[in-house]
Amino acid sequence: MKTKGFAAPYVVWMLLFTIAPILLVLCYAFTDSSGQFTLQNFQSFLDPIYIGVLFRSIGMALLCTLICLLVGYPAAYFLANRSFDKKGVLILLFIIPMWMNFLLRTYAWLTLLESGGLIATLVNWVLRLFGAKEEVRLLYSYQAVLMGMVYNYLPFMVLPLYTVLSKMDARIVEAAEDLGANRLQVFLRVTLPLSLPGVFSGVTMVFMPAVTTFVISRLLGGAQFKLFGDLIEQQFLFTGDWNFGSAMSLVMMALLLISMGLMNRFGDKEGGGVF
Amino acid sequence: MRKYLSLLLALCLCALSLFGCAPASENSITVYNWEDYINPEVIDLFEEETGIQVNYVRFTTNEEMYIKLEKGGASYDVAFPSDYMIERMIQNDMLLPLDHEKLPNFTNNAQWLQDPDYDPDSLYSVPYMWGTVGILYNTTVTGGEIDSWGAMWDEKYKKNVLMMDSVRDSLGVTLCYLGYDLNTRDEAQLEEAKQKLIEQKESGVLLAYGVDEIKDKLVGGEAALGLVWSGDALTSMALNEDLAYCVPKEGSNVWVDGMVIPATAKNVEGAHLFIDFMMRPEIAAMNSEYIGYSTPNEAALEILGPEYTEDPTFNPPQDVLDRCTFFHDVSDAAKMYNDIWIEITAN
Repeated sequence: MKTKGFAAPYVVWMLLFTIAPILLVLCYAFTDSSGQFTLQNFQSFLDPIYIGVLFRSIGMALLCTLICLLVGYPAAYFLANRSFDKKGVLILLFIIPMWMNFLLRTYAWLTLLESGGLIATLVNWVLRLFGAKEEVRLLYSYQAVLMGMVYNYLPFMVLPLYTVLSKMDARIVEAAEDLGANRLQVFLRVTLPLSLPGVFSGVTMVFMPAVTTFVISRLLGGAQFKLFGDLIEQQFLFTGDWNFGSAMSLVMMALLLISMGLMNRFGDKEGGGVF
Repeated sequence: MRKYLSLLLALCLCALSLFGCAPASENSITVYNWEDYINPEVIDLFEEETGIQVNYVRFTTNEEMYIKLEKGGASYDVAFPSDYMIERMIQNDMLLPLDHEKLPNFTNNAQWLQDPDYDPDSLYSVPYMWGTVGILYNTTVTGGEIDSWGAMWDEKYKKNVLMMDSVRDSLGVTLCYLGYDLNTRDEAQLEEAKQKLIEQKESGVLLAYGVDEIKDKLVGGEAALGLVWSGDALTSMALNEDLAYCVPKEGSNVWVDGMVIPATAKNVEGAHLFIDFMMRPEIAAMNSEYIGYSTPNEAALEILGPEYTEDPTFNPPQDVLDRCTFFHDVSDAAKMYNDIWIEITAN
């Protein structure tokens, strides 16, 4: 193949920044601080505290993915609708926030959610209309972390869904309508099944960063709703136990591989997933 | 043609900025200091006077700084660790002994900090700032003075208490509250302190753990009580007059942040120049005034005047100091401390 050489820069890049780090993580995970082979790191991981945090992370990531799907699907469906001509602007509005670093945007949520902040004031005003007496605190809660995650990852759900939905052949829908299907039937029997590859890639693209989230949980949750990503960060930056941190990263990678494998199996049935 | 020209210009710009960032190794030093912990003008003055360029890098906790130095990679010429961390770094051969002949301004420092117990005879470190740990609180919420750590467990301050996301500080004051030594390695005492912190979280008193955001939240009124370092307290009280600071009667931590030269330093000569510059009375006064922490530099205190020296937060009276203890390296118990912190915050 004559085109082989074109891939060389990327191959070098991948060797240096993907393969080598993974090998390093493997080395660290199976050794102790003196470099001897050990399985101790995985054994310490079996502590209920760590398992508990792992399950919390998975639970939160699933919930975040579900919310993104429920919010993102109708939005993508609406955007892909051909009779709507301002969609360029709307898509741009979805992408613009991504031009700014996610940390800055998360800091903005800090200000919005604290008492006296815009959102907190609004929510409490509405609650008072319904007779609530006590002020509700929004910041530093489980819900605040979830909110931050949904906000950050929603575009990753909408964009693949939009791509699939807008490429769908409108004539198929017309055919279904001609054959007497009502709008609900068209959606359930034609549009939804055809958009499943988009759903799968959207779900993967939201679930993966969501389950490895850190920093968002520290900023919006006040460091008391630790997620798995926070624990790994802590091992590397504050405790200095890189071996244990690597073992935890490896567990996370294995978990992601398994979930991607599962997604692909479902995806294949419907005509190919993203990976 | 215009397209190519603009592309070429853009490339030139990139190349220029690359060269601009590359440090001139011979005449530069890399300084590794805490976030918000220097008067930026001081760096300009030093660069102007000596012609040595300063690369200024920041950290937020001692532990973070230690790992960076231990695991290598970047080399730093001057670092600013706290007392117990200096002790640990000396034990692990991570510091260069200082050449006191090159540090004539050292004698400006208070006597009690010229021979601290974490570094006898100041062989490896000189003091930069010192202070206490205490409660910064909003008097309109508490309705009066606070004098006990118990306030941070009081259920009338529901969702109103901020603790530090730093194991030695938060666990340390809890040990003080329980009447134990804040350097304890006793498992039963640590267990009791751990339960106390979990109780604080489960009863809903705790709002969040944080480090640099604590002062903002107290100034903004988001929380009523927070665990802070005295300098942050001083800065916050200047911004919100409802705030007050106390070092509780059960005792607390008194700390010193020093200046050291890591063993991996490349410009040892420049590092000495920088450290001595920082100990000049007028420079130490500029820093202290800017960041609000107390300087150990007695000549600088004279420049700052009674407005500062008579302020009990800035310059705590002897009875407060008598009930405060230095942190020490807990060496073999460090893992126990870390595990406890993970257990508390992960629950």
